[in-house]
Amino acid sequence: MGKRIAKEVSIAIAEAVKQCRVDVIAAYPITPQTHIVEHLSELVANGELDAEYITVESEHSAISACLGSVATGARTFTSTASQGLALMHEILFIAPALRLPVVMVVANRALSAPISIWNDHGDIMAERDIGWIQTFAENGQEAVDLVYHAFRVAEDRRVMFPAIVNIDGFTLSHMIEPIELPDQEQVDRYLPPFRPRYKLDPRKPLSMGPVGIPEIYTEAKKAQDEAFKNAYKVILKAWDEFEEVFGRRYRPVETYRMEDAEVALLIMGSLAETAMTAVDRMREAGKRVGLVRLRLWRPFPLRDFVKAVKGLKVLAVIDRALSPGATGGPVGTEVRSALYQVPGRPRVVNFIAGLGGRDVTVEDFEEMADRAYVYMKKKPKEPYEMIGVKE
Amino acid sequence: MLKEWAKFKGFSAKNLPKEEPFAPGHRACQGCGEVLALRLALKALGMNVIAISATGCMEIISSPFPYTSWRVPWLHVAFENAAAVASGVEAALRALKRKGRFPRNRRVDVVAFAGDGGTADIGLQALSGALERGHDFVYICLDNEAYMNTGVQRSGCTPYGAMTTTSPPGKKSIGQMTWKKNVPAIAAAHGIPYVATATPAFFLDLMNKVKKAALVEGPAYVHIYSPCPTGWGTKGEDSITLAKLAVETRIFPLYEVIEGKYYITRKITKPKPVEEYLKRQRRFRHLTEEEIRKIQARVDAEYERLLRLAECL
Repeated sequence: MGKRIAKEVSIAIAEAVKQCRVDVIAAYPITPQTHIVEHLSELVANGELDAEYITVESEHSAISACLGSVATGARTFTSTASQGLALMHEILFIAPALRLPVVMVVANRALSAPISIWNDHGDIMAERDIGWIQTFAENGQEAVDLVYHAFRVAEDRRVMFPAIVNIDGFTLSHMIEPIELPDQEQVDRYLPPFRPRYKLDPRKPLSMGPVGIPEIYTEAKKAQDEAFKNAYKVILKAWDEFEEVFGRRYRPVETYRMEDAEVALLIMGSLAETAMTAVDRMREAGKRVGLVRLRLWRPFPLRDFVKAVKGLKVLAVIDRALSPGATGGPVGTEVRSALYQVPGRPRVVNFIAGLGGRDVTVEDFEEMADRAYVYMKKKPKEPYEMIGVKE
Repeated sequence: MLKEWAKFKGFSAKNLPKEEPFAPGHRACQGCGEVLALRLALKALGMNVIAISATGCMEIISSPFPYTSWRVPWLHVAFENAAAVASGVEAALRALKRKGRFPRNRRVDVVAFAGDGGTADIGLQALSGALERGHDFVYICLDNEAYMNTGVQRSGCTPYGAMTTTSPPGKKSIGQMTWKKNVPAIAAAHGIPYVATATPAFFLDLMNKVKKAALVEGPAYVHIYSPCPTGWGTKGEDSITLAKLAVETRIFPLYEVIEGKYYITRKITKPKPVEEYLKRQRRFRHLTEEEIRKIQARVDAEYERLLRLAECL
């Protein structure tokens, strides 16, 4: 077992990527992802990591180079944030359709304008439908662990889909936390070498990325969707095996103090830690409040999620992204839709909070829970409310 | 330069490779000069190739699933990123060879194909990045002087005066109002070891240049003039004649830039008037005498400039 030592989360992620023995990294610097790629380039420069580091001229080229690299059979990593992720947008759809398992860490950051380097989930929510496996880390240890898991799942021959590990920019990426990095031997046991089923090799030529005429496009997309849904089982199994090797257990949906809860907060990412404190305080005050956290966002863990919220009266979904003019934030609309067919479903209320680095405090969470109690008895007027707006 | 470069004696009618890495039966138009250039380029490179295509005519005519014309491994990702995708393929090969997961001594040439739009316009940044980083690959621009795949819209490589669907001649326009972007010069400005221009009319010259491009260490750029009967309003059987005329009128001079040094590979001492080239194409038929004189003057000046580059260095 590795030692638990204080490390900046970005540095720990880079170390984890090294332990995964990546062959190629293609990345373009953007705040707050920089420390990850800086440390990786350092590891390559020092000879500690035997990999090619392609210093591309844009994120669009970063992800394009990654696709070329994985298609050739190399384990490939990239990382970005915000505008950089948006610049990749076009190519992000192509990776899963060609079944090319790139792994990417996104240090979540708000999208411009106004330009903001600070944390929210606006960048990744704009990429909801790209068809990548997407997880959200709560803390540094989880961020690191999700990296090993991402490679393990993405490259699995039953999966072959790219994966994104989301970490909150600054509030996670730049934190120094006690993190246990496993021994190399453990990582090697967990993560077998990348042996893709298909790759570009003159000894066995194949064509990747052909034209899909109307007669086959729908079938191609259906096949992709089926395969993506089937990835769910492998995702769970890879977490079981993770527990066996590393001793830490992960599930797609986390719950906290949900035993007899009538109101629950639902959140993704690092704010869950603050929310837990709020839940503890409210529990002390005799309120039956719990917390649900989605670790896995795509494929959406429908059954596990429905199970987690069973018996609730009100579910307060906290979105860290705005979908202007919609019927809620991206998570809010998703969750409402997921619960629509469920008999005795809780009322779903939706709060937008923590945009562009705005702090969400314990008190804010208490306020959201209080409002949820109000909405237990009367319907909210609006489909979503923004929290902490100065008026 | 590599040892292989010194050993390479050049293709001739007697030693043409028998392999056809690009299969017939594709869906290109009759008389397409671009697919001919593509076929010849691949023939020069052989079977130990990984090819990357940008979105465009050559990509769509060669890969309507479940068919493919590619007998070599081939990857198409998007329009503007052929050079970036090739960067990734090349880096992966380097890493895998070093780590013993790909035969170390097996030579594989990475080649990216893109049209003039995918090169001069939307793909210029990715191309520049890849050339600057020094990847060992060949980039081939198949230049048919407009966005033919989408219906003949102008590109940065469309020549002055040409009619396209987005540079139509009218009361206030003579057609394309700008001069053709000089992409080989842009490529050469990156200080890469090899840049060349070619046309399928001089097919041995084309194959030799593509082969040399593959034999240098580092990035190489080959710009291939590719007549397009559909987009230019020319007869299918005229493509080779036009490709020849483009050279003989000095409109598209053939040259190499080796380690920064310019060499004219086909000196045109008695140029034919540009009119002879222009009048055979519907895209230029609206041009007045005055406009043709203007084009002639520009072609003369450009050729002079090229001569000076070839002499001074």
